[in-house]
Amino acid sequence: MSGTYLGMPAFPKAAHEAVGNQTLRANLRHATHTIRGKRAKAVAEVSDWAELREAGKRIKDHTLRHLDRYLVQLEESVTAAGGVVHWAADADEANRIVIDLVRMTGESEVVKVKSMATQEIGLNEALEAEGIHAYETDLAELIVQLGKDRPSHILVPAIHRNRGEIRDIFRREMSEWGRPAPEGLTDTPAELAEAARLHLREKFLRAKVGVSGANFMVAETGTLVVVESEGNGRMCLTLPETLISVVGIEKIVPTWQDLEVFLQTLPRSSTAERMNPYTSTWTGTTDGDGPQTFHLVLIDNGRTDTLADEVGRQALRCIRCSACLNVCPVYERAGGHAYGSVYPGPIGAILSPQLRGTESEIDASLPYASSLCGACYEVCPVAIDIPEVLVHLRERVVQGGPATREGTKVVLKPAKGHAAERAAMRAARWAFSHPGALRTGQRLASRTRRFHPRTLPGPGRAWSDTRDLPAVPAEPFRDWWQRTHGGKDTTK
Amino acid sequence: MNSRELILGRVRRALADVPRDDPPYDQAVDRDYLREHGNLGVEETVGLLAENLADYRAIVHRCTDDELPALLAGILSAHGSASVVVPPGLPPAWLSAADITRVEDRAESTAYDLDEVDSVVTACALAIAETGTIVLDGGLDQGRRRITLVPDHHICVVRVPDQVVSSVPQAFERLDPARALTWISGPSATSDIELDRVEGVHGPRTLEVVLVSGAGLA
Ligand code: SF4
Repeated sequence: MSGTYLGMPAFPKAAHEAVGNQTLRANLRHATHTIRGKRAKAVAEVSDWAELREAGKRIKDHTLRHLDRYLVQLEESVTAAGGVVHWAADADEANRIVIDLVRMTGESEVVKVKSMATQEIGLNEALEAEGIHAYETDLAELIVQLGKDRPSHILVPAIHRNRGEIRDIFRREMSEWGRPAPEGLTDTPAELAEAARLHLREKFLRAKVGVSGANFMVAETGTLVVVESEGNGRMCLTLPETLISVVGIEKIVPTWQDLEVFLQTLPRSSTAERMNPYTSTWTGTTDGDGPQTFHLVLIDNGRTDTLADEVGRQALRCIRCSACLNVCPVYERAGGHAYGSVYPGPIGAILSPQLRGTESEIDASLPYASSLCGACYEVCPVAIDIPEVLVHLRERVVQGGPATREGTKVVLKPAKGHAAERAAMRAARWAFSHPGALRTGQRLASRTRRFHPRTLPGPGRAWSDTRDLPAVPAEPFRDWWQRTHGGKDTTK
Repeated sequence: MNSRELILGRVRRALADVPRDDPPYDQAVDRDYLREHGNLGVEETVGLLAENLADYRAIVHRCTDDELPALLAGILSAHGSASVVVPPGLPPAWLSAADITRVEDRAESTAYDLDEVDSVVTACALAIAETGTIVLDGGLDQGRRRITLVPDHHICVVRVPDQVVSSVPQAFERLDPARALTWISGPSATSDIELDRVEGVHGPRTLEVVLVSGAGLA
């Protein structure tokens, strides 16, 4: 994954620092609580949520279990529709391919619609090193890019910034990148959005090359789908002459019909809307409408290693809705940056250590960035059992064992300094097979307000004593959950 | 070995645990979710569409065929528009009452040209009541994707009830994946600044939807 995050402190340290940052905590709490409340309402509106969730899970699971077949089918249909397919085994190769494609156009700038895959591979930095400027066009990504910052949330990357900070960033930085911020810019959201509109419009209108990710790719038809709100996606997908989409190999669904499931669950889970303002689908190129050259870069970059893990594989079902972040008591306090990856929150805690391996200190610590309360699993629209994968990865960190790295089977040694965790592991596994005990354990732990979310019942304490995790919530998590959701859980 | 073979090889090795008789696609997925939510009559479905469009801050109008030209002329003048982009296949009668400069969308017109135009009027492929969504598929009465994106004011005409479906699954049944589709639910919006919703970041700031009933003007 990207070099951007190398040198990050391990999760507990980064989280500890984040918890001490008052502004960050206030911004985050406001944001996560707002989305959380709205989402529950949006989900309650559809009576078949449980069935949609199950269908989404099964579609993705089936696709992953036959991914080779669907990848080949996708390649055929994209090619038949006039696109060109490229395969990239890792981040360097993907960046190299994109750089060469941009060079071939003779252009030295590209407009980009928010894409986690390109963040993951560090594309902007790689392009910059070759003298190609990449402009992020999503408002939040613009804030992050101008602020020389990193995204902290999947969906609302600038969630950690408040309006005053955003105004200061715009005033200070916009002129460096193009059209300056208007004179006397205030901190009202409408004025800030208008400043971004003017600043970016000049870039859209002259853009010759667009770079995107995709939310879905349909194997049967070769169709790509981008889901967004602002219209910057539509700008990047339709105004340039050349479009380059960089997409992880796990983003496939088999058929056109499958989209009917995800276009119901994704908007409601992410922004709590019945439907996001804009969805674009395209199949290769269309004569006279939109880019006349289309490249699809399919990236592995650790995904096949994740696929090789029968327990961890389910993380590849993720549709990046970010619902799990908004319910996570650890994320809410620690913030997205503490996870040291473009994938923060509960999904990041299981995805990053699988994509990157658990060798680094930050990746070895991520499976511990959780209270195992299970809220992430309950909201997940594709029913990824995040706690199950967390426990599985903890086991890998502390006990070592078989894993796949870059396509080769390896046997990992237990991580150094994790002796105490080995005991905790056994406790966690025991607690998982005894859900009642886990519940009781958590309630007791949080009511004491001394250990939660860092203790597990019984031998788990040995582990918690060696860790410094975020401060405890004033209210036990499960009690809070009961109170705020009133037992109105519509998920399976 | 090239990367294609490398990746496919890794995928196949990673899936060694998947049995040969793993259920095929049509058995692997239960589709026991609903084809539509609720059991609304035709008029109620159109009503729901209007309600959900308005809830997402589109401005909704209703009229009959005969009233459409006058209504469109009125909307354009109320918006203060001096020019309007017209897709090649838009029924000429629609804008027959509007006293306004018409800009045809030509292959050679650039994004800069479109940026100078005030409004755009299009038809649509269909509209989805449950979500308040209109879908464009690039048909001749809708034009290229860019014309509904760059001008700041989009007026979209939906023929009711024949272009209205209840739900997302019903929409997918009727849409053709070979065409580039644009789904629009309300005007461009962002919630990136402290989650306050702001309309109009990059796409049109004003979306007006006209629900027209009758056989449809040719
Ligand atoms: S893991 Fe589930 S809840 Fe979290 S972002 Fe992915 S799909 Fe959404």
